[in-house]
Amino acid sequence: MKLSYYPGCTLKTKAKNLEVSALAAFDALGVEYEEMQRWNCCGAVFSLADDDLIHMVAPVRDLVRAKEAGSDTVVTLCSMCYNTLARANDLMKNDKEKRNTINDFMDEEPDYAGELRVVHFLNYLRDDIGWDKVKAAVKNPLTGMKLAPYYGCTLLRPKEVAIDSPDSPVLLNEFIEALGGEITDFAHANTCCGSYQVLGNPEAALKVSYDILTDASANGADALVLTCPLCDYNLGRRQDAMLKKYEGAKDMPVLYFTQLLAVALGLPVETCHFELNRNSTIELLQSRNLLEKVPA
Amino acid sequence: MPLIISRRTSDEKFREKVLELSGEEFMKCFQCGTCSGSCPMTEHLDAFPRKVMALLQLGQIDALNEINTPWVCASCHTCMVRCPRGVDITKVMEALRLTKLRQNVNHIEPSNLQPEEIIDLPQIAMVSGFRKMTS
Repeated sequence: MKLSYYPGCTLKTKAKNLEVSALAAFDALGVEYEEMQRWNCCGAVFSLADDDLIHMVAPVRDLVRAKEAGSDTVVTLCSMCYNTLARANDLMKNDKEKRNTINDFMDEEPDYAGELRVVHFLNYLRDDIGWDKVKAAVKNPLTGMKLAPYYGCTLLRPKEVAIDSPDSPVLLNEFIEALGGEITDFAHANTCCGSYQVLGNPEAALKVSYDILTDASANGADALVLTCPLCDYNLGRRQDAMLKKYEGAKDMPVLYFTQLLAVALGLPVETCHFELNRNSTIELLQSRNLLEKVPA
Repeated sequence: MPLIISRRTSDEKFREKVLELSGEEFMKCFQCGTCSGSCPMTEHLDAFPRKVMALLQLGQIDALNEINTPWVCASCHTCMVRCPRGVDITKVMEALRLTKLRQNVNHIEPSNLQPEEIIDLPQIAMVSGFRKMTS
């Protein structure tokens, strides 16, 4: 089995904290992978119009690259990339008419028929590595950390590509438990953060994100755990705007699941790039003595 | 504002266009309102998704062109996974956006975004936002 890793456009810069921590964890867990050669942006959102096949070309081309490399599985870290690639893969597998049109259009590429398996790293952790192996590798258990698992939208919907039950997912909960953390359940775990509406309706996106954080905080979470760079922007970076706008807004540490994994595996703190998170994130981990134990 | 429902206000071609673009049989909607109850954006909408479906069933093109609903939709797919009639409302919203965008009209103008607004934005915010709201 050969595993191709698809980074996507945000992970080399703004979401380096998602990528570097994950790749360090891949190595620590003995995951053999190869970053896909000549990957391109997947388009971030799956095209929803019935006649819009041109926007399938980008994600399908990425899948062709992985197939060419001899891989049978593509793993992503960004949940928007996961959704777009998995849906494009499904379309190529199941819709013969559209598959033929896309393959004919991309006549410079080998034909593709959805042969690959597209997975998110959370699925890979559960299904290919297994929670037992993850638990055994934990050197720095997150004991006493109350963590709110935030799934967002694109890992869960539509159900054809859902990594878990769209209405009552447990995958991220299992992940946190495997690392020794405590789950903070909250009603907004699957509620949209406003996504790209940060461009069109920034105030609406701010309000829905504020509601998510308020709910997590009211249920006693120490931090919110997420998987998507756009969620991280809306729920993390934009907290400064929330603190200004909403009376009673509280600072909430927000971090990627892969950063949590790197901390629990005892990997060098540099791999987490906490400078890209809110200050409260590293302060929280330091206050719980989770970083001091990490060998330099 | 009262809604005048007549052959004069009902645009059959528009309805067919939305059906063709979305591939969704929105006539199946029986107005239960599960979508409205599930939408995270309701407090920012002129018309809840249930009403959008009703306006569409009645071919009310003018009313549909006035409301902000398709432009506030974040394509989170919550309405879609919960619809008891199996209508993918996110596809209907996309079709409504495209009826405008395909006339070469941008809903947001990239060149008007201020550098300080976008300096910190992750790339996926720009790519997805422009995909959904520019022609």
